[in-house]
Amino acid sequence: MDLYEYQGRDLFERHGLPVLAGGVAETPEEARAIAERLGGRVVVKAQVKVGGRGKAGGVKLADGPEETHARASDILGMDIKGHTVHKVMLAETADITEEYYFSYLLDRANRTFLCIASVAGGMDIEQVAAQTPDKVAKVAIDANKGVDVATAKEIVAKAQFPAEVADEIIEIAIKLWRAFVAEDATLVEVNPLAKVAGGRVLCLDAKVTLDENAGFRHPDHEALVDQSAVDPLERAAKEKDLNYVKLDGEVGIIGNGAGLVMSTLDVVAYAGESHGGVKPANFLDIGGGASAAVMANGLEIVLSDPSVKSVFVNVFGGITACDEVANGIIQALALLEQRGEAVTKPLVVRLDGNNAEAGRAILDGAANPLVERVDTMDGAAQRAAELAAAGV
Amino acid sequence: MAIWLTKDSKVIVQGMTGSEGSKHTRRMLAAGTHVVGGVNPRKAGQTVDFDGTALPVFASVADAMKETGADVSVIFVPPQFTKAAVVEAIDAEIPLAVVITEGVPVHDTAAFWAYNVEKGQQTRIIGPNCPGIASPGASNAGIIPADITPAGRIGLVSKSGTLTYQLMYELRDIGFSTSVGIGGDPVIGTTHIDALAAFQDDPDTDAIVMIGEIGGDAEERAAAFIKEHVTKPVVAYIAGFTAPPGKTMGHAGAIISGSAGTADAKKVALEAAGVRVGKTPSETARLMREIIQSR
Repeated sequence: MDLYEYQGRDLFERHGLPVLAGGVAETPEEARAIAERLGGRVVVKAQVKVGGRGKAGGVKLADGPEETHARASDILGMDIKGHTVHKVMLAETADITEEYYFSYLLDRANRTFLCIASVAGGMDIEQVAAQTPDKVAKVAIDANKGVDVATAKEIVAKAQFPAEVADEIIEIAIKLWRAFVAEDATLVEVNPLAKVAGGRVLCLDAKVTLDENAGFRHPDHEALVDQSAVDPLERAAKEKDLNYVKLDGEVGIIGNGAGLVMSTLDVVAYAGESHGGVKPANFLDIGGGASAAVMANGLEIVLSDPSVKSVFVNVFGGITACDEVANGIIQALALLEQRGEAVTKPLVVRLDGNNAEAGRAILDGAANPLVERVDTMDGAAQRAAELAAAGV
Repeated sequence: MAIWLTKDSKVIVQGMTGSEGSKHTRRMLAAGTHVVGGVNPRKAGQTVDFDGTALPVFASVADAMKETGADVSVIFVPPQFTKAAVVEAIDAEIPLAVVITEGVPVHDTAAFWAYNVEKGQQTRIIGPNCPGIASPGASNAGIIPADITPAGRIGLVSKSGTLTYQLMYELRDIGFSTSVGIGGDPVIGTTHIDALAAFQDDPDTDAIVMIGEIGGDAEERAAAFIKEHVTKPVVAYIAGFTAPPGKTMGHAGAIISGSAGTADAKKVALEAAGVRVGKTPSETARLMREIIQSR
């Protein structure tokens, strides 16, 4: 889960990192009140989870509460690369004299953590790495040893931070590592880490990604999810423990296993190329051993998406037997009817693997006019795309 | 023969007395796997009956190894306890630990991986978040259905469970030496490259199916490895061509970050290494069939 900057700033503050005082507002009035509390000049920053907001006009300076109100009015509601701005962060301003870059992240390839640090901060670090690779220091961090004074000194030396900020950056490096571990983050990025007038070093931005698998250790992380930004169907699916991602096509997808469902999306998209360009409407993995109730919940979510014109149920029976899956589909349709949500959109079902013959026989026997059975995944994808195109 | 798991492998189950652990212990026994016991410190000394096979419960992996000669552990403990279970397996220096558990925090996986490296990698770790490893007709350690395919001469390595089953099913008339599900997490103990190297050296494997998905650059690195070190034919399938950036698609590791980790980049890298990449699972199976039949 990616955090908004204001959530990252709060997290940094909780872990004792030097940040500027600030607050978050959803209305210009709230922004004005925060500016009054902060006093003086403030920076108004759009809260969106996408880069390049400064260039898009989402970051403005304001002198005093009235100007803050005006700038917040400009920025709230703005569209930045497809993201609508619902919140602005207000923060004190600082007289920046130098901008650095500092991050810890998961290094998948090396199966460890990595510190990236640079004296060339304030811009896109990938660009710095491409243009002046000698200005980007990378230090592998052992997951069990972490960052102690010696490691922090190594980072400072390798990145060639100026001597007068070395001690402060060593302290920040250690505290930031502690925050990274304590919060189960996979990324903490400070850009810029800034030297300001008077010589202090401050974290002026905060980009944080948290590991959702570690949620059981962090009951407080749930509150960081911005419910207003979550697709309503995704929210409904999550409440039912379904692994669902909303996409923008017309063919509803239900399958078992993340890899098979991803593959199903691809095969449907290819099929759609010859059927009016229809695309998958969602990702939904009902997992292994899915019961009729899970199938019903899944069907309910997929069918409640108004853009869905047909549904492709793609199941490979591994441990799960296909006759159970077939019974699940029939029961799910009956269950939905009982709930008063009779199914009107066509379903294409492909069952393969364990007890596939028996499963197919059950579907054929039920003879539901909306359920069409196709033997192969590629053939079923073609049929689902064709039906969606006809229903569009 | 097969890689890493053979008919002589003696398997213990960490978490054997839990619901998933007991269900799959029963299935592994039914598949002919030589399961010799389980580990649960709170139930040490007891025995558990699985359809007539009484399996002892040991206090630790080390005890179980000493008493039974076990050389494989399959781990079904919940995510909260997975790190401790794997560390215990590493401390006991068991040659193979298969971590089935889904939802392990990546800090925990990185920690047990670093520990394994520090200890000289005496233990091969497969997973976490994987279906395990199956050598059809010989042994089955994990949750891969045992009866999809008989033994044969194709080796398979995959990030995805159900796509593994799908390909094994489509090529069941040819059969498999070993199928390894390496898991869909961002940090995993056994990589595509590890399995490719083992299949290259396995006299009973003629050709290799490799299944990847979006996220990370493991497939690109595997492509570079194939170019340098693999002379056996490899066909590949990549899932997630149409996945949008920034969305996690079921597996914790299956996410396109910025422009990195796309299926297209993986396909291009593999094809540049001489690997034939199928557009769908069925086409991938067809490509493999052509290779086997032309031999």
